[in-house]
Amino acid sequence: MAELRYSEEHEWVRVEGDIAVIGISDYAQDQLGDVVFVELPEPGRAVAKGEEAAVVESVKAASEVYAPVSGEVVEVNEPLADDPGLVNREPTAGGWFMKVRMADPGEVEALLDEAAYDSFVSGL
Amino acid sequence: MRYLPLTDADRRAMLASIGAPSVDSLFRDVPEAARDPDFDLPRHAGEIEVERELGALAARNVAAGSVPFFLGAGAYRHHVPASVDALIQRGEFLTSYTPYQPEISQGTLQALFEFQTQVALIAGLDVANASMYDGATSCLEAVNMALRVTRRAGVVLSGALHPQYRDVTKTGLRYLSAELDCLPPDFDGTESLVDRIDAGTACVVVQYPDFFGRVRDLAPLSEACRDAGALLIVAVTEVVALGALRSPGEMGADIVAAEGKSIGNPLTFGGPYVGLFACRERHVRQMPGRLAGEALDADGKRGWVLTLATREQHIRREKSTSNICTNSGLCALAFTIHMSLLGEEGFSRLARLNHAKAAMLADRLDSIPGAEVVNDSFFNEFTLRLDRPAAEVVDELAGRGVLAGVPVSRLLPGEPEAAPFLLVAATETTDEGDIAALEAALREALR
Amino acid sequence: MSAGTGAIRHRGLRFEEPLIFEQGAEGKTGVDLPDVPKIKDRLGGLARKTPIGLPGLSEPQIVRHFTRLSQKNYAIDTGLYPLGSCTMKHNPRLNEKLARLPGFGDIHPLQPESTVQGALALMERLSDWLKALTGMPAIALSPAAGAHGEWTGLMTIRSAHEAAGDARKRVLVPDSAHGTNPASAAMCGYEVAAVPLNARGRVDLGALKAALDDDVAAFMLTNPNTCGLFEDEILDQAEAVHEAGAYFYCDGANFNAIVGRVRPGDLGIDCMHLNLHKTFSTPHGGGGPGSGPIALCEALVPFAPVPYVAEGPDGLRLVESDASGTAFGRVKGFHGQMGMFVRALAYILSHGIDGLRQASSDAVLNANYVSAGLADLMSLPYEGPCMHEVLFDDAFLKDTGVTTLDLAKAMIDEGYHPATIYFPLVVHGALLLEPTETESKESLDHLIATLRRIVERALAGKPDEFHAAPVDAPRRRFDETAAARRPVLRWRPPAAEDRAAE
Repeated sequence: MAELRYSEEHEWVRVEGDIAVIGISDYAQDQLGDVVFVELPEPGRAVAKGEEAAVVESVKAASEVYAPVSGEVVEVNEPLADDPGLVNREPTAGGWFMKVRMADPGEVEALLDEAAYDSFVSGL
Repeated sequence: MRYLPLTDADRRAMLASIGAPSVDSLFRDVPEAARDPDFDLPRHAGEIEVERELGALAARNVAAGSVPFFLGAGAYRHHVPASVDALIQRGEFLTSYTPYQPEISQGTLQALFEFQTQVALIAGLDVANASMYDGATSCLEAVNMALRVTRRAGVVLSGALHPQYRDVTKTGLRYLSAELDCLPPDFDGTESLVDRIDAGTACVVVQYPDFFGRVRDLAPLSEACRDAGALLIVAVTEVVALGALRSPGEMGADIVAAEGKSIGNPLTFGGPYVGLFACRERHVRQMPGRLAGEALDADGKRGWVLTLATREQHIRREKSTSNICTNSGLCALAFTIHMSLLGEEGFSRLARLNHAKAAMLADRLDSIPGAEVVNDSFFNEFTLRLDRPAAEVVDELAGRGVLAGVPVSRLLPGEPEAAPFLLVAATETTDEGDIAALEAALREALR
Repeated sequence: MSAGTGAIRHRGLRFEEPLIFEQGAEGKTGVDLPDVPKIKDRLGGLARKTPIGLPGLSEPQIVRHFTRLSQKNYAIDTGLYPLGSCTMKHNPRLNEKLARLPGFGDIHPLQPESTVQGALALMERLSDWLKALTGMPAIALSPAAGAHGEWTGLMTIRSAHEAAGDARKRVLVPDSAHGTNPASAAMCGYEVAAVPLNARGRVDLGALKAALDDDVAAFMLTNPNTCGLFEDEILDQAEAVHEAGAYFYCDGANFNAIVGRVRPGDLGIDCMHLNLHKTFSTPHGGGGPGSGPIALCEALVPFAPVPYVAEGPDGLRLVESDASGTAFGRVKGFHGQMGMFVRALAYILSHGIDGLRQASSDAVLNANYVSAGLADLMSLPYEGPCMHEVLFDDAFLKDTGVTTLDLAKAMIDEGYHPATIYFPLVVHGALLLEPTETESKESLDHLIATLRRIVERALAGKPDEFHAAPVDAPRRRFDETAAARRPVLRWRPPAAEDRAAE
């Protein structure tokens, strides 16, 4: 499995060809607590890097998920509708949010690698 | 002062524990220039004086129950059973806060759950919230919700929508990106809302029964809305009507925004009332306001909590579905108790009784030369066309101890066409003596 | 999920009470209405053909049901309710009695003005008091609650800017603000920008100045602020705000700390809402109704909403539509929360100016007394005297395994309503205590002793006991996650539920 890259807003990206699979980090799900609802974008929607693309809610908090790369949403993780707890249980696997066909794959390079993200988080 | 338990000795002892020389010293952060200005205001008063003073003001008003009374136009006078007021004055209901701590707020929460269920049932929709301020603000919130759900901007307001609901909605949309299509007052019931719907329409707002009292089948309109991907919002100013009429939900409404005052709440010069808000399950996360939901506690016992709070201002702040916090809790409780007392049979009978009284009244008034009932259909309120300006007639009759109704011109100032129209309402409280008094006075005024 | 009513077991005075929908029977009613006269129906062919599904119960059943429900609520009448920022003080019953006089409770909002002169006079008297107490020249009574007042105030401000051809885009709100502030600003179409606090728990004046420019419409401040502190640089804030051409809005939720001692108008405030259900003790009623009149400076008066009371040739009259065209419109049906106006005026007349001043003085004294009684055990994020409420953070709970939430739940088992927790957001694990002026010294001593015992237990390292709390309330902690994942927001007949499950 390809390595994950992270944004400072706690999204991760896994590149599969020209597709970026996007979710939120283990740290983010832990901070949020039990996820009760995920609002996903409509497939087909164009998102720009840094733009709000989804919302993730726990009982006491709601948090925007920003697109870490630009492109077109091609698929969203439908099972999250019935089982939002997937985000807590498998944040970087079954708990993914959306797949985006990247407009500029180079954007991924600007994201943090795992080690850099870990050190970023430990500084919070 | 009877409400303040501290004695001077207490205050001295407390200051000593704090280590402060005086209470004034605790206010040291107040800029000196703003400390303790001179107020030229009266000193405290006992219950006897306050009762006398406010009692004198109350005595200068003509209470609806003291005269033949026929006003409606969004606020209807109904009989409220004695047990409603006794129960809402229980201190545990009256003096508690929003139920943020569910373990010690099950009374309020369960009552809200019952309220939400009753409201959803009478609206004919899936879910209802725990109340808004009143019918007019509920209407605005419904429009805001439709804008969010459809991500469109077009808002069509019927010309037979209560003018204050229209005005509050207009105010609310003033600085938001919405395109408002306000139809002119629909005096003769001929407007066509279907023609105003297009691909940019987020919602159509229509009143049922409408402002002039007419009852219209909403099914064709709801179909047109559905075809265009717009939502149909139905405003109801008299919920008692829903005991006799097909529900808005049954006719395809997506949101019902209603005034719930008629059940359980007194007139009180226009407030506090209780806004009802019901919608379809699929839109629940776009709903404004609080929601009570079922939950299990650590022992597996059923109870209720405030839920889906992430929609609300205290969590979502500028991205919340509404800024509403305090709503109409106690009025909602009064509604719930009264509706529980009525039950299916009582609510239905109350509605039929209202309709029958109005029908009898309409026949009597229609027989007066110079007065004509305009409506082909109505529930408990209808429009009379007079051959004199209605406002003049109302003032004249008030002078003779009859509160005859609401002149349409009061709610539609600047509409010369409104002048002859008078809204007249009857409820279960209207008796033969009242009807005879209005008939006689109106006959006299129109002679 | 629901046990049948037969399986329910009561315990002493603690009753398990099913929903009305689980108790009703067809044909029963709790209201006797006369027979319906026979008429030809004029319902336009839309008479209801199917039942609604409401349960039928008799009056004694209903009275018992709601009495039992009431007994599951904590209330001011039951005990001390130190819910910070909510002002849970005694609700005088005289106010309830007067609001129910037929001359107030049984008048229609659209009666001819000649028949409601007493009501209009009451609105005017209340306005006069509010003007004098705020030191501001005008009051708009119609907003229905605090948040509604915020929105109305900001709409007024926006109308004034627009009328001056100076449309502005942004409203500044401190980090510590109530959530309603940014939400109200957004409903007026404004962008919201946050202003940080300084180390003393007040708005950072430098940051405020830096954030002010000619696109800022208003600065919204709560004063005393939500940390329970008076904004001691408020005059400088006002100067900076006015220099930038913006209006200074005050969230008056905490006016109860200073009423009768300080006039917001003297602090440079241009617009402020007053929560009559807080400062003037009209009851909270389990979440409302409230009332949120706004006070306005001279420059904003022309832009105030309709309706308002004015002198006319034949006495007082209601101005319900705006002839000059500057008023921005109507915010609510009819004329505002009249029932709350009566209660608030009864409260004000009962206190008088001396009583109001004493009330705010005692409120501040009580909060400082509680603060002093707990300061050695708990942690205060900010130094100096507080106003009507005292804010603690959770530093004192570090490494105990006990959270602010646990502490709040432990208060329930000791017979208290918890303090406000996790608000304001600016301190970690906030616990905001507002005792109010209607608590006696003995009552405060008991609160202090109880909290000390709870905290000592927490520090002694028994987190499990805390995680289990409350154990003595009508219910224990709820699974709110499950409730939010699969919301059940209404009762449905069991048959329908079975069908849905299939």
